[in-house]
Amino acid sequence: MSAKSIFEADGKAILNYHLTRAPVIKPTPLPASTTHNAPPRLAQLHFPEDKAVADVLNQAEVTYPWLLTAGSKFVAKPDQLIKRRGKSGLLCLNKPWPEAKKWIEERAGKTQRVETVDGVLRQFLVEPFVPHAADTEYYININSVREGDWILFTHEGGVDVGDVDAKAEKILVPVDLSQYPSNAEIASTLLKKVPKGVHNVLVDFISRLYAVYVDCQFTYLEINPLVVIPNKDATSAEVHFLDLAAKLDQTAEFECGVKWAIARSNQALGIVGTKSDKITIDAGPPMEFPAPFGREMSKEESFIAEMDAKTGASLKLTILNGSGRVWTLVAGGGASVVYADAIASAGFASELANYGEYSGAPTETQTFNYARTVLDLMLRAPMHPDGKVLFIGGGIANFTNVASTFKGVIRALREVAPLLVEHKVQIWVRRAGPNYQEGLKNIKNVGQELGLDMHVYGPEMHVSGIVPLALNGKKSDIKEFTA
Amino acid sequence: MPSAVPMNGSNGSNSNGLTPEAASANDNIKRFQAPSRPLSPPAEHMLFHSKTRCFVYGLQPKAVQGMLDFDFICKRKTPSVAGIIYTFGGQFVSKMYWGTSETLLPVYQSVEKAMAKHSDVDTVVNFASSRSVFSSTMELLEFPQIRSIAIIAEGVPERRAREILHVAKQKGVTIIGPATVGGIKPGSYKIGNTGGMMDNIVASKLYRPGSVAYVSKSGGMSNELNNIIANTTDGVYEGVAIGGDRYPGTTFIDHMLRYQADPNCKVLVLLGEVGGVEEYRVIDAVKSGQITKPIVAWAIGTVASMLKTEVQFGHAGSFANSQLETAAMKNKSMKEAGFHVPDTFEEMPATLAQVYAKLLKEGTIKPKAEPIVPKIPMDYSWAQELGLIRKPAAFISTISDDRGQELLYAGMPISDVFKENIGIGGVMSLLWFRRRLPDYASRFLEMVLMLTADHGPAVSGAMNTIITTRAGKDLISSLVAGLLTIGSRFGGALDGAAEEFTKAYDKGLSPRDFVDTMRKENKLIPGIGHRVKSRNNPDLRVELVKQFVQKNFQSCKLLEYALAVETVTTSKKDNLILNVDGCIAVCFVDLLRNCGAFSPEEAEDYLKMGVLNGLFVLGRSIGLIAHFLDQKRLRTGLYRHDWADITYMLPTLASGGAAQGRVEVSV
Repeated sequence: MSAKSIFEADGKAILNYHLTRAPVIKPTPLPASTTHNAPPRLAQLHFPEDKAVADVLNQAEVTYPWLLTAGSKFVAKPDQLIKRRGKSGLLCLNKPWPEAKKWIEERAGKTQRVETVDGVLRQFLVEPFVPHAADTEYYININSVREGDWILFTHEGGVDVGDVDAKAEKILVPVDLSQYPSNAEIASTLLKKVPKGVHNVLVDFISRLYAVYVDCQFTYLEINPLVVIPNKDATSAEVHFLDLAAKLDQTAEFECGVKWAIARSNQALGIVGTKSDKITIDAGPPMEFPAPFGREMSKEESFIAEMDAKTGASLKLTILNGSGRVWTLVAGGGASVVYADAIASAGFASELANYGEYSGAPTETQTFNYARTVLDLMLRAPMHPDGKVLFIGGGIANFTNVASTFKGVIRALREVAPLLVEHKVQIWVRRAGPNYQEGLKNIKNVGQELGLDMHVYGPEMHVSGIVPLALNGKKSDIKEFTA
Repeated sequence: MPSAVPMNGSNGSNSNGLTPEAASANDNIKRFQAPSRPLSPPAEHMLFHSKTRCFVYGLQPKAVQGMLDFDFICKRKTPSVAGIIYTFGGQFVSKMYWGTSETLLPVYQSVEKAMAKHSDVDTVVNFASSRSVFSSTMELLEFPQIRSIAIIAEGVPERRAREILHVAKQKGVTIIGPATVGGIKPGSYKIGNTGGMMDNIVASKLYRPGSVAYVSKSGGMSNELNNIIANTTDGVYEGVAIGGDRYPGTTFIDHMLRYQADPNCKVLVLLGEVGGVEEYRVIDAVKSGQITKPIVAWAIGTVASMLKTEVQFGHAGSFANSQLETAAMKNKSMKEAGFHVPDTFEEMPATLAQVYAKLLKEGTIKPKAEPIVPKIPMDYSWAQELGLIRKPAAFISTISDDRGQELLYAGMPISDVFKENIGIGGVMSLLWFRRRLPDYASRFLEMVLMLTADHGPAVSGAMNTIITTRAGKDLISSLVAGLLTIGSRFGGALDGAAEEFTKAYDKGLSPRDFVDTMRKENKLIPGIGHRVKSRNNPDLRVELVKQFVQKNFQSCKLLEYALAVETVTTSKKDNLILNVDGCIAVCFVDLLRNCGAFSPEEAEDYLKMGVLNGLFVLGRSIGLIAHFLDQKRLRTGLYRHDWADITYMLPTLASGGAAQGRVEVSV
């Protein structure tokens, strides 16, 4: 739970819906609009593994009939939190639908390399193409820091915006919104280089955008290019967010969930006819927080994530390199990072197979399922001539009964004992906390009984002190645990 | 576990130190006097001291007990917790242990009342949830006596966290958290659950102060720091975990400056993390000479920059948005600024030991005599979990268990109950008899329930339910009114029939002898006779049972006996047939005796317990509830019986008056 990136389409839907609805912090130079925005034209295309690409595209023509309007031009792009899509050739600009469709068809469901990361393209966004003059392209960025929210603005937006930190005008809106800058202050700081004629329109837009940012608890919002085309008497403007990246504060779901959902309801998106019978808690689908590009969850990861969602305990698993030699089964959020650090600094970053942790007093069964998943992944991968290393690590627990969580781990070890020997798995254990003596004694006994290559340490050993011992052959004066 | 007990008159004003009454349980309750005079204000840098008093916001008996246990082993004279603020729930007191004796903590519904009662409190441990912590903290901030607040909740929206820290800064209040376990000042004060169980606290010698103070981002790792510091130096002087969120209320620098100002603190330890730039403010303070004491430091999360994809580590704030925020860069910068930064976290104990040894040699730190390791009584539940103690239980249950992952009926997991589709009869056999009966037996039980479910509105039980329903009573009252009618005359025929038939059969009486004996004793045979049904007009229900039993049961000797009895009785009068009650009763006895699941003793035992009656009560409840629903549906009004339908025959009072003291009654 933290600030999480959202789909571009969702960000646009939220802005479109709330720009005229979010309460502005101070009156803006223009009178409030008497009408709300028309539904945005956002065709969100998702290509799941089990559906034919052509079917999805055909369905899209039904859901978004405006795609078939004769003479229209479109923009198509993957919507998977990929940065600098234009530079990776992932932008299809100003094309009629049949061409855009073909462009998507060629890419959907295929693996794509972006910089160093490989990922499958599964989510696309299609929007009408907006013809505009280059001098109407702006750049705006709002981001949060401890003291308040920075608004960055430059009149020279676009794909080649360059180093915005150096070039953009900035203003800090303090946390205390009663100190919100006046219209004149906004104009004089952010709009220095913009012709006076559009000041009112832009100040109005920036203030409304910021109002949405606050009201919907964004933590980051970048629009580039932002196209603002004022009408003749400059009392309002046509605004287009051509490209947008945003993060929402997931923890604010209980305050903003309603607002996120309604902006993304079929009604707000102008989708008719596809009424869904599914009951959602708000007037729209719950917010989606996609995984970063190239990090599609494997079956095992989803299994753990599902288990995590169903309990008060915390169970996390990320596979970094399934054929890696070094595996971790670490209790505690802090300790798990420390273990990953230690393994990387021992020179085994590329061999680190997984990152994960279990904490918050999981039951014996949960621990068993978690351990079994990790062990299964480790033993499914091909054997390695140098063998593998498994760290059953953890910090000093606060209240968790170490002996009872270890029961689950021990059960999982028993199940695969012959394979552990066959794969030449070295097991290094370090754990402390309530009843750790019993827990360590049990695991040590099982190690001896099953003939495993196992080393067991208690609180005398540094939390991740076993890592250099295992990986670099370092020696220590600290004795192994004896019951 | 301490328990919350309702407040009563005598112990309501416990904190005012009423003299204990001579009641036995009361003798073990320790009451604390309020301070006689206001305490002199502590130094600015001293957030907590050995007289610190706090409120705990939220009902967290386990955390409060942990704090009191800590106070006790630190030999504090008064507990650090002055009271609990719990806005739900009424005014009561919470019972806690103070060593082996007990004490009572007041529980307040409103912050205002709590503050008014305890002017010596200057800190709050706020356990409110992430949803409500904003409003409660804002309320707490309105009271000038509060100098610091620890916010435990995880998942506080970032905007709310920033608003809190903004207001707190204006008011000069120190916020620790959100998303933290808190902090600890050995020998003085412990926030909430910091340090974990008492074993940990004793192992890390947190019952007395040392000279090393730390600030850590992670609460979990603070345990490790306590351990490392206890193993390599004279111990912890103070430790704070600022919390893993993006916007902690106070950051490293706030506490580092306090430690710098505190003459008793000699070595500073900083455990930072990838994400955020707060470590750089400490670097600036060292560069500007604001901090001069030695700092041992490390930022965890160095792995992040070595991984190909972004991984969100445990903490919300542990994510590098720029090169500056990476752990590697932080470690490098801290080292350059003259911090003692080890090459890896594993080498931190050695680094700390070196720094400590140097200060020891210079005489900056003078080792103190070690106090005796305090003893803390072990909690009953924990001792039980460890298998150290036992005590006889007051209750025993052998039929169901709800403690595990899955509900068990006589050992059968509830999911299997459905997987094997054992039906209500199967569930009854598990719960009533603690065993799986053969399938036909379960079906027989279901059959009995179906047959006894209802017998029309006119029978006395249904009548009572109907009348009670019409009096406007609720379902349970109406149901019970009907059920209470069940006895030897109504519905009791089952028990009676089973008893009489079994007795006669077991004695070896021939059916004719049995009938004769009963007649001689002027007793009706229970289970024989029907108002309208006769041999020529048989009761279909009886036929159904007979057929099923004859087809499925291993043996139905008692049914055959009862049918022979019927032959005798019907020869006297046509309607003296074996009725449905009699039939069910004898078949049930046959089932218990012959299905192979019960020993003869068990079978007799169950009959004596009245299990047959249970069968009737259960079955008939279906019908009684139906009559209740029926009357409700019909919106029937209060029933009053017609006068004309009652014969009034009252006694006439003999004339003469009361003086005679007697009333003559003639009917």
